[in-house]
Amino acid sequence: MNASYLLLTTIIILLVAFLYLSWIFVSNEIENKDKSKTNRRDFLYTASYTLGAVGVAAAAWPLIHQMNPDASVKALSTTEVDISTIELGKSITVLWRGKPVFIRRRTQEEIVEAQNIKLSDLKDPQDDKDRVKKPEWLVMLGVCTHLGCVPLGNKGDYKGWFCPCHGSHYDTSGRIRKGPAPTNLEIPKYEFIDNNTIKIG
Amino acid sequence: MSEEKYIPKSKIAQWFDSRLPLLSMAHHLREYPTPKNLNYWWTFGGILTFCLITQIITGVVLAMHYVAHADLAFESIEHIMRNVNYGWLLRYVHANGASMFFLAVYIHIFRALFYGSYKAPREMIWIIGMIIYILMMATAFMGYVLPWGQMSFWGATVITNLFSAIPLVGEGIVTWLWGGFAVDNPTLTRFFSLHYFLPFLIVGLVVLHIWALHIPGNNNPIGIDIKQRSKDTVPFSPYIAVKDLYALLIFLIIFAGIVFFVPNILGHTDNYIKANPMVTPSHIVPEWYLLPFYAILRAVPSKLGGVIAMFGSLFILIILPWLDTSKVRSAVFRPLYKIFFWILVADVLALGYLGAMVPEGWYLFFGRLATIYYFVHFLLIMPILGFKEKTLPLPTSISEPVLDGKN
Repeated sequence: MNASYLLLTTIIILLVAFLYLSWIFVSNEIENKDKSKTNRRDFLYTASYTLGAVGVAAAAWPLIHQMNPDASVKALSTTEVDISTIELGKSITVLWRGKPVFIRRRTQEEIVEAQNIKLSDLKDPQDDKDRVKKPEWLVMLGVCTHLGCVPLGNKGDYKGWFCPCHGSHYDTSGRIRKGPAPTNLEIPKYEFIDNNTIKIG
Repeated sequence: MSEEKYIPKSKIAQWFDSRLPLLSMAHHLREYPTPKNLNYWWTFGGILTFCLITQIITGVVLAMHYVAHADLAFESIEHIMRNVNYGWLLRYVHANGASMFFLAVYIHIFRALFYGSYKAPREMIWIIGMIIYILMMATAFMGYVLPWGQMSFWGATVITNLFSAIPLVGEGIVTWLWGGFAVDNPTLTRFFSLHYFLPFLIVGLVVLHIWALHIPGNNNPIGIDIKQRSKDTVPFSPYIAVKDLYALLIFLIIFAGIVFFVPNILGHTDNYIKANPMVTPSHIVPEWYLLPFYAILRAVPSKLGGVIAMFGSLFILIILPWLDTSKVRSAVFRPLYKIFFWILVADVLALGYLGAMVPEGWYLFFGRLATIYYFVHFLLIMPILGFKEKTLPLPTSISEPVLDGKN
């Protein structure tokens, strides 16, 4: 927040300074008179414009920042999920930050299939080990990386997920195998609080 | 206006300007000849423009977070205050901005009264200004209802009930205004809609106000007609622009001081209690800028009479250019009017004070006295003074008193 504010202010100051200097240059070229040297009045102008620009930027920032996620939205940025009731080979969908998160308890067969693939065959190469914390549990965002639809489970050519919008196929590790999506389904930040609870976010 | 035709330098600018003369207009605004003796009382026009723009910008932003529903409005205000990034700042600027707006508009109006700016040929400026003022009060009143606190709710109830004083159709009008049988959700949603709309109407009227001003040009502290573009005038930019800007900065320091240090000083604590249609707060007062009219309303011991007196007090302001019979504009050359002007200022301030008090005993007595004087000033003193008063000799130009007629 502060960093972007500083950046914005700096950009505006530099812009004003640049415009001013170029204006000085141009007007000197045109007039080419005895007052062609920079004088005290020029300094006053520059100082006033700069201060004015800083003031306007400072006043504008709250008007821009108010559209960023507010405190009540940020307060919801973690979700705890009880996973003790999920049976083997079943998955649930929970809402985290307004987006669906798939939590799937994979069968041994699915795990083996996900692990035994050659990385060179993948569009977005990523080892299954890097996509899970415990091989049995796959936790990922249920948002197609193409244009944001929610893929359907247990569908598609790779027994994983299939996006009905534009036909992207994901495998049992949520990796893109076929279709327009550019990358694998995203893995959110999560941790196992204990054996039965996951904290997402 | 006596102004030479402006022709832009470049070919492209000429092409553009001959099709849409925005550049000519910008040129006119820069070069617009203004009397060189304008004092700081003349800077409030610019300050008011700033206030209007600030209110619109902060208002549009607040509307992104506010929820116009009787069950959610109050909580959404608390949400703005606690959760939204800089929400507290935006709301305090908007709420106190209304007060600053009215402070500036009152100074602007009294400036016009002192220097006779409403007289011929500037009647249209004055009338449009008064319409803007009335719309401002309507907008401010409806905005005050939106937080849906106790003062919001009961203020809305009291003010809308004013219309019930109208014989025969009064009750029907009030029901129509409410969209029900009491102030409730339909009232809130329509107030929100109108509170959003009216400021844009005000913007349009401000454009007309300035347009009407640029026909005869500014009045000035000595109130004489001056030749446009003469030794008595200076171009608006940079002379008046810089003066306006300086006054605006001083105004902003005061504004910021209130917003950052005492943001609730002009509010009422009861409005931090959610609206409850079962309980009226023990003492209802409108926002400070409406108090003089509230005092007039309560001074008349009849429901219809009070409402007529209140709206009448605004109406006589609109017809003021024809109530004032004096040919001399500025109070500087009107020794008697100058005294009566300051009595009127004191009278309106007194009405404002009395409007905040419980109307009993001496408060009611003085409230009635001040109300009667208000009408006497406009309906008797102003017309008679024009005939009776011996005014001082007017100079022929702004420079004359200074240069002893040598210019």
